[in-house]
Amino acid sequence: MSQRIPVTELTGGFRDRAEVALADGQLRTNFRTAMDSLMKKRADAFPDEEEREGLRELGNRIKARALSRLPDLLEQLEAKLTDNGVKVHWAETTEQANEIVHGIIGARQGSQVVKGKSMVSEEMEMNDYLAERGVECLESDMGEYIVQLDGEKPSHIIMPAIHKNRYQVARLFHDKLGVDETDDVNELIQIGRRTLRRKFMEADVGVSGVNFAIAETGTLLLVENEGNGRMSTNAPPVHIAVTGIEKVVENLRDVVPLLSLLTRSALGQPITTYVNMISGPRKADELDGPEEVHLVLLDNGRSGAFADAQMRQTLNCIRCGACMNHCPVYTRVGGHTYGEVYPGPIGKIVTPHMVGLHQVPDHPSASSLCGACGEVCPVKIPIPELLQRLRQENVKSPAEGPKVKDGGAKYSRKERLIWRFWQTLNSSPVLYRLFLWGATRFRKLTPKHVGPWTENHTAPVPAKRSLHDLAREHLARNGGQ
Amino acid sequence: MNELFYDAAPNATRVAPERPGPRQYPAKPREVILFGTCVVDLFFPEAGLDAIRLLEREGIRVHFPEGQSCCGQPAWTSGYAAEAREVARAQLAVLESGMPVVVPSGSCAGMFRQHYRELFAEEPETLKRVESLAERTFEFTEFLLKVCCVDWQDLGQPTRIALHTSCSARREMNTHLHARELLGKLARVERVDHDHESECCGFGGTFSVRMPEVSGAMVQDKTRSLMASGADEMVTADGGCLMNINGSLDKQQQAFRGRHLASFLWERVSGEGKA
Repeated sequence: MSQRIPVTELTGGFRDRAEVALADGQLRTNFRTAMDSLMKKRADAFPDEEEREGLRELGNRIKARALSRLPDLLEQLEAKLTDNGVKVHWAETTEQANEIVHGIIGARQGSQVVKGKSMVSEEMEMNDYLAERGVECLESDMGEYIVQLDGEKPSHIIMPAIHKNRYQVARLFHDKLGVDETDDVNELIQIGRRTLRRKFMEADVGVSGVNFAIAETGTLLLVENEGNGRMSTNAPPVHIAVTGIEKVVENLRDVVPLLSLLTRSALGQPITTYVNMISGPRKADELDGPEEVHLVLLDNGRSGAFADAQMRQTLNCIRCGACMNHCPVYTRVGGHTYGEVYPGPIGKIVTPHMVGLHQVPDHPSASSLCGACGEVCPVKIPIPELLQRLRQENVKSPAEGPKVKDGGAKYSRKERLIWRFWQTLNSSPVLYRLFLWGATRFRKLTPKHVGPWTENHTAPVPAKRSLHDLAREHLARNGGQ
Repeated sequence: MNELFYDAAPNATRVAPERPGPRQYPAKPREVILFGTCVVDLFFPEAGLDAIRLLEREGIRVHFPEGQSCCGQPAWTSGYAAEAREVARAQLAVLESGMPVVVPSGSCAGMFRQHYRELFAEEPETLKRVESLAERTFEFTEFLLKVCCVDWQDLGQPTRIALHTSCSARREMNTHLHARELLGKLARVERVDHDHESECCGFGGTFSVRMPEVSGAMVQDKTRSLMASGADEMVTADGGCLMNINGSLDKQQQAFRGRHLASFLWERVSGEGKA
């Protein structure tokens, strides 16, 4: 067992957490191995490039169409769900969402909740909120169960415990559950399963997320591989689904390509083991299913992103995680380094609207803009372009009126002046040539240490003569200009 | 609740742009402009000169406008759009002649071809000039391969090389395919793959100084896989990546080095071995 400090316990910014994560060899290996495998699975799942690109285009257009009608679709969804006997709740903030969920549990005098996987409930920090009010909330997704057992947060939106290998899980189960230490994956899963089976039957309320909320039919669609989603939404007498307002799509036909994009991009699966379509509580003549079904629709900054034509594209996201699987930064630092619910490239572009740039000032810069994320995004979110935009909003002065929540987090008069100087130099041929002359002539005076650059490199020494000089001489000889 | 969303017009929703078809290439021109790029200008001028020689070898007259400096990318990727725009404006003026512009650096060519549109999105008049520049900008390997349709005799000794391509350029303009095909024309050059070849070297402009920890981890992984590839040297057509990779190799006191593709190609086809 490594002696590392869990990255989740670190305070400080992205860079502080990154430094610790990068020094953790086990963590690096766990992520690299897992991400390599996921990249290969995705590639294998899309053998035909034309088909893949056509499907991504279709996915993009379906989401764009849904977003262009978002207010109408949400109203239609509410009306249809209500017809189906589902109670719909609206929450502008995570606090309101928690109050709603707690209220529903309280009305049933509930004290035990079993949860399927839900990133929106992570946004709400629902487990903590309910625990403080005497309601026990147990995670039933195996990965979520593991991180909950270890007092951690998910490090990936699809595979919450991907930062741990099986030996680390074996030790955790041994320590926390008192079972014999085994690194047999099947046995580990059985250990978790035995605990969870009982809890499904005992729980007063089941909580789940939603992958697609279908407006036309009032259907909540939930994909999963472990059966825990079906159990949490069926076994307890009450089911509460929590989701973001961007998950609404127009009709069932739209779901087919989106579903194919989601499962293939996420895990390379043609389809998940379970596809749950929930369209209401148990009817009089039915044998199973919950007595009550609720849907909590959460905003939490999404309407802010929606109001901006460019940032609205962040709401295309179907939460497949492919961008993080392919990200060279995420692969090296892992999900906890981001310090927020959504890590990786998508986390960097959605989190600012939720918590404001002041809370995540380094998020937009934590990218080499290599473009791997945008290339694999199943709904074609131009992630590098949006990071670029956030960088602009991040350095705006208060007078310039940043247009993203708490923009201007990195505004610095000094840095602005440096770039003004750079601008003057590079837009004046005379000054630029003078600079070249000085830099080449006094090349021996190049400092040995040039800020953070020389942490990883030797200082670059200018050439003896610039290309301007060499080209002029060469072209004069050859009769050019 | 829903009133929140009526602020923005629904028709403001953006759709991903149509996928461009394959680029149509013009016949080989008589004259071109070389845009050297600031990194090559100051740190790798020989590579710029070798690019000129390769073009001249194809019977093309090369112009090097003295007013050129930087494409504006450093400020653009740092969020300083206004500053980047003014530098871009200066380059637009310098490159106005209508001649094809050849750029020995993928990411700078990408700046002309893709990102000037974003910089000048609100200046319709300038956009016309931007479109003209985008249309006649060619990354240097692309130009040699697709426009010059070079046919070379390899005069060098047998060698094994690893190819690194700037990842934004490979994604924006398929530069890796062009460079591979170009190298494939050299009979005695064996191109070897390296582990995680398509992964970023960690440069990313100011990313390398804003996030030195992560960037450093990336370049160390990249240099490790390059050295493990069995190649004699690495070649790349991007000045930024080259500075990053060589600077890191030097810091690690490794003998292995990268070289600009223009210099490598010139050596092979001219038979002028460099010391």
